[in-house]
Amino acid sequence: MTDVLRYLYFLLIVRPVILVVIGLNVRRANLLPDQGPAVVVANHNSHLDTMVLMTLFGMRRLKDVHPVAAADHFLRNRLMAWFSTKIIGIIPLEREVKGVRRDPLAGICQALEEGKILILFPEGSRGTPEVREEFKTGIAHIAKRYPEVPFTPVFMHGLGRSLPKGEGILVPFFCDVFIGQAIRWPGKKDAFMQAICDAMNELEAEKEIPRWEAS
Amino acid sequence: MFSHLSTEIHLTFAAIAVLLLLANAILFLRQRSVPDRDDTELALRVRTWWVIVASFAAVLAVSRTTAVVFFGFVSFLAFKEFLSLIPTRRADHRVLFWAYLAIPLQYIWVGTAWFGMFIIFIPVYMFIWLPTRMVLIGETKGFLRAIGTVQWGLMTTVFSLSHAAMLLFIQPETSARVAAVWADESAKTSPGAALLVFLVLLTQFNDVAQFCWGKTVGKRKVIPKVSPGKTVGGLIGGVASTVALAGFVGPWLTFLDLPRSLMAGLIIGLSGFAGDVSISALKRDLGVKDSGSTLPGHGGVLDRVDSLTYTAPLFFHFIYYCYG
Repeated sequence: MTDVLRYLYFLLIVRPVILVVIGLNVRRANLLPDQGPAVVVANHNSHLDTMVLMTLFGMRRLKDVHPVAAADHFLRNRLMAWFSTKIIGIIPLEREVKGVRRDPLAGICQALEEGKILILFPEGSRGTPEVREEFKTGIAHIAKRYPEVPFTPVFMHGLGRSLPKGEGILVPFFCDVFIGQAIRWPGKKDAFMQAICDAMNELEAEKEIPRWEAS
Repeated sequence: MFSHLSTEIHLTFAAIAVLLLLANAILFLRQRSVPDRDDTELALRVRTWWVIVASFAAVLAVSRTTAVVFFGFVSFLAFKEFLSLIPTRRADHRVLFWAYLAIPLQYIWVGTAWFGMFIIFIPVYMFIWLPTRMVLIGETKGFLRAIGTVQWGLMTTVFSLSHAAMLLFIQPETSARVAAVWADESAKTSPGAALLVFLVLLTQFNDVAQFCWGKTVGKRKVIPKVSPGKTVGGLIGGVASTVALAGFVGPWLTFLDLPRSLMAGLIIGLSGFAGDVSISALKRDLGVKDSGSTLPGHGGVLDRVDSLTYTAPLFFHFIYYCYG
């Protein structure tokens, strides 16, 4: 039942909003993983980021795509928790592990073993709109456990203007989505983080971001 | 379904389809004679032309209201492209929301043929409301630049373009300065739609004519800093071709007589050029080649309607002066 609701929610609400109201300008959509297990890592500016990435995967792959999202934010009440886990299909992640000796990556590992495609925002928070922050190293722990899983870097620009943190009104702007070549575990944590970081910088450099004066 | 459009409009669309088929045939022959020539961009452009012409014909065929909604949607896409291109201030989030709200409102005035409101809504009410809303937020740094760009965007992509849709509601007055001349009884069924088809056809034809003449004749550049492809010869040849086509099509398709048709051709030819290079200057200022990627082979919507943003209001007011 919730699967049908999820399908309809994405078909009738998310896709029209993302494709018509926002409008996408995608480069190299063919580099997105066709099947799981796979991970997509992207910069994070807005709640719309997740919706854009899930739209890119199309309705056919929807059932396999799950965003990883902060448990403290998305499970804060029962209605929100139901909507986040059942309709959006998030895999909750504890951002702060307090005392309890429990594997924080258990949910992610289970999903990868089930062959899912995961969407991760390694900045950890939306932060200041359209300002990219350094990726947290949690992704390296996942890559180390699953060296065969490809990590596809995606850079998005524009959504921080459409729906930035703290704003409830959506204002349409075209969104640029640049997709890079998948990266696999090179054997070392530093090398992995460096490869991801370089890929993101390269993707960001593809976009001439309009500014009035050179800053 | 099609009976509310005159025979002349049907024939015009048929003629456009023949021209596009001709373009397809030329592309096919070029490909056969020189197989390694890369015509992908050109082929893509022709294919998008088919989509544009088919959508335009379809919305006109359904109803006048559908055509108005269609133009509203084109305005929305063009305005969104404009805002996405220019730098905007984060503080203006809600101001931009109001600016977007002006689009459905402006097209409601068009759809209800409320001429008085249509003509002042953006130049007066939005002109005053948007800076007021901006001031209430209280960010003064970059104020003039922010309000100037948003208002210019609304004027070109919404106010100007909505004049094209407003043509649909034109009925020549009996007491007008110039008497309407009809080719036949059928032409009387849809005078507004005929004017709109005439405007769009000539504006787009003018773009193509200026491009083709610019490629073949003329060395002296008109404004090399803005548009290196535009030559004096191309401009003259393009405008002359547009005036000729206007004289040929106008008296038959619309209620314009021959002198008025030729004048309309001249207005569209010159202002189409001005609109084209104005948007080119905007893109050059921002360092981008295309305004977007919505129309494969053409770039963005703004790239396609750039000349129309100038020809539509001028043609409308020419008609309004003569026949209103």
